[in-house]
Amino acid sequence: MWADTILSLRQELLVAVIIFLLLFIKVGAAAYRTEVILHLVNLLLLVNFALGFWEYRDSILFNGMFHTNKLLVLEKNILNLGTLIISLQAYSWLKDHRQATEFYILLLSTLMGFFFMISSGNLLMFYLGLELSTIPLTALSSFDLEKRQSSEAAMKFILSSAFSSGLLLFGISLLYGATGTLSFDIIAQRLDGSAFQLFAFILILSGFAFKISAVPFHLWTADVYEGSPITVTAYLSVISKGAVFFIFIQTLYTVFKPMAGNWYRILVLLSVLTMVTGNLFALRQNKLKRLLAFSSIAQSGFILAGITGSSRAGDASVIYFILVYIFSNLGAFGVVSFISTQTGRESIDDYKGLYATNPLLSWIMALSLFSLAGIPPTAGFFGKFFLLMAGAGKGNYVFIGIAALNMVISLYYYLRVIKAIFMDSQPQPIGKLKIPLLPNIAFLVCLGGIVVMGLMGWVYDYIYSLSIGF
Amino acid sequence: MNLSLLVLMPLITAIVVLFSRREGGARWVSLTGVTVQLLLSFGLLILYWKERAAGSMGMLFEYRHVWFKPLNIWYHVGVDGISVAMILLTAVVMVAAVLVSWRVQSWDKEFFVLLLFLSAGAYGFFLSLDLFTLFFFLEISVIPKFLLIGIWGSGKKEYSAMKLALMLMGGSALVFVGLLGVYYNTGGAAGPYTFDWPVIAQVHLPVEAQRRFFPLLFVGFGIFTALFPFHTWVPDGHSSAPTAASMFLAGISMKLGGYGCLRVAVSLMPIAAREYSPVIILLATIAIVYGAFATMMQKDLKYINAYSSISHCGFILLGIGMLTRTAVMGAVMQMISHGLMTALFFAAIGMIYDRTHTRLVERLGGLLKIMPFISTIFVIAGLCSLGLPGLSGFVAEVTVFMGSWQRTGEAYRIATILACASIVITAVYILRATGQSIMGPVKDQQYYGLADATWNEKLAAVILGAGIIAIGVAPFWLSDLLNIK
Repeated sequence: MWADTILSLRQELLVAVIIFLLLFIKVGAAAYRTEVILHLVNLLLLVNFALGFWEYRDSILFNGMFHTNKLLVLEKNILNLGTLIISLQAYSWLKDHRQATEFYILLLSTLMGFFFMISSGNLLMFYLGLELSTIPLTALSSFDLEKRQSSEAAMKFILSSAFSSGLLLFGISLLYGATGTLSFDIIAQRLDGSAFQLFAFILILSGFAFKISAVPFHLWTADVYEGSPITVTAYLSVISKGAVFFIFIQTLYTVFKPMAGNWYRILVLLSVLTMVTGNLFALRQNKLKRLLAFSSIAQSGFILAGITGSSRAGDASVIYFILVYIFSNLGAFGVVSFISTQTGRESIDDYKGLYATNPLLSWIMALSLFSLAGIPPTAGFFGKFFLLMAGAGKGNYVFIGIAALNMVISLYYYLRVIKAIFMDSQPQPIGKLKIPLLPNIAFLVCLGGIVVMGLMGWVYDYIYSLSIGF
Repeated sequence: MNLSLLVLMPLITAIVVLFSRREGGARWVSLTGVTVQLLLSFGLLILYWKERAAGSMGMLFEYRHVWFKPLNIWYHVGVDGISVAMILLTAVVMVAAVLVSWRVQSWDKEFFVLLLFLSAGAYGFFLSLDLFTLFFFLEISVIPKFLLIGIWGSGKKEYSAMKLALMLMGGSALVFVGLLGVYYNTGGAAGPYTFDWPVIAQVHLPVEAQRRFFPLLFVGFGIFTALFPFHTWVPDGHSSAPTAASMFLAGISMKLGGYGCLRVAVSLMPIAAREYSPVIILLATIAIVYGAFATMMQKDLKYINAYSSISHCGFILLGIGMLTRTAVMGAVMQMISHGLMTALFFAAIGMIYDRTHTRLVERLGGLLKIMPFISTIFVIAGLCSLGLPGLSGFVAEVTVFMGSWQRTGEAYRIATILACASIVITAVYILRATGQSIMGPVKDQQYYGLADATWNEKLAAVILGAGIIAIGVAPFWLSDLLNIK
């Protein structure tokens, strides 16, 4: 009995163990060197990643509050991998940071929150997981303690998060009133598409739209992304967004399946708005962080297009894309973060002539951006192709056409960065930088994922074999 | 023969180039790689002839490997006569392109790696029998062009590179939607949805779907081959590119579009092709005539060749649009002829520019006295362009005209006559450019000290020239090879 519970919760429990370990280290008398702590956390995250490959049977715990199956384990493992990459990349930043331990405690709390959120089988559990992750995230976004901009970002983030949580809670309570239950399975049976239920659904949807920064609920994104430390920005744009997408698609495909006709049209609208707005704003950005922020808004639009497919291919394409997105976006953020930590330079103009001094970093950046833009043979091409292919399954080719043209628009701003790196020059280019071992490993993992993943068809096959749809 | 070897060979060469340490090692490794590739392509040709002589029908040397099982996406390659001809063309142009890039100074490794990568995309495209594979290779061949033009180009290179990349990606976005439309109309009674070309050719797509998706596919591929009014990337892209990239761009990349129009749009959707044929012919005729007149106004040699490419690629589209057997044959011959001719032309212009540092017709003059070899190949390319009998341009254009005349109806006849008449304009601009830059007095005393072509440049020109003459003198082997139904 106990063994079963522990094994089913193995990923969450190990994250909790790390958190408590760090807590004891912090309050304990002995002062450890920061490097030791960093290595320990990275190692344990790696162990957790390995644990994710351990197949264990599906189970339902705590009276249906907590579900686990192969798909959820895979999704959690994807998030865990992303966190590990971010943690490796942050090494040179955290090494000299006074509060590295606190950083990890907060970061891993959010990760645990996401794990519980994804696994939830009940609206209460879902909300608990979401809040467990949101509140530490706001603290993280003000982690550049000396910078005013960082605290401003945190302020904006907490206000908008609170607002979206409020919407979500209002929706949940209305749904409870309409169906008399909080359990996902029973809600699905009691939905009949009445106006009242629809109202509750719209509120819940708005809450989700805030978290995935879909237009018109995206206004907080750019400022928060810009103000936060880059590591946190990377985490926000990849892990946080990925986790919310995982639970979003799950609820849409199972709980709100009876309302599929309603949400299909809403999602198409949201998707088009998100893509177009994200891309148009990204066109004129000169700061790389803001550019990546808006590009990540646009990417949400593409993911929404995949969700509208509402088939197994739709679910599989979203999960596959998020995996690809972790590699490509973290590759790009990794380079920006590394250069910013070393030299403090973050605008596109600063990157002029980078190739002459740092060829390796330049190629990592270029391949990551190509992958984000969806250029073959990088994995991003396959990710985008499958998303839009799933979306096209409904026969709405105008919508898919808009999405395809948006890929062309997005190519423009990615190529602007490439142009600066490879073609332009400046009087004071960024000097030659030496990459330490751990960030180097992280870069290699990203590069490997970007280059090889599309050519290995079995990754998609495996995800497809687990995915859900109707 | 294992066709995947043709895609892998450039990639392997590129990897070896990346690890070559010696000064100038990159170009020797690349030359070895592309020569082996040329031999492989000739080997393919001979094997193909043998198989055909033995009576094999359909696609040959097919190879299938499952890629994404749940979506029924396969890596599927195979060749027919058209693909063999295009592969041979690519191999020839690549050898010439590497030879003329002998003196690339800065970042030579990167240059050759990108060029080889680009060619791998083209080989894969011509081999593909699965539409997903085809699209994959089509898009592969866009971004290396952006980098090649932007880094090693001249003039307003960044602008041109960006314009080219965005317009070509726009084209492939249309192709993408079209392909998805094809995919989702293959299911039903015939089995699961598929991207497999031979299977789709059997199913006969519903007429409604053909009407909807034919324009997307045709225009999408058409952008690659300078379909009017989407031709604007051509002049800027070609003239800003470094010589080897111009050769590849005009010689091979523009043919990707023509090949795609033929292989995907027309052959999978014959009913829609017949319905839209007047529109295609109209646009092609405009491109031919407009391209020719626009060329007359140009003063820069590269712009002259770029605009004349718009006009010449119009013949490809005209031939495809006419839909008669002869016309389509002529279109494919024009693809090959134009590929060789324009590569030779750009090579000659590149050699002239390397020496005189100008491409303006008015500043050149009397080059024949100073560099006879380069001037001769320039003249040969020019004569091929204006359709002199005995060179490949004549064969291809006459075949297109004869095929077009077979399509009865006044409008079609008028289009054919207009296209024929454009040859006169071609003669005007070619002869004028040749007369001013090659013949006449030497305009600048500094030109007297300039050297003629080096061995590598001569070799490149001879290879391309041999192809032009081989087709011009004995076109039957090519038409036998193509054997279009």
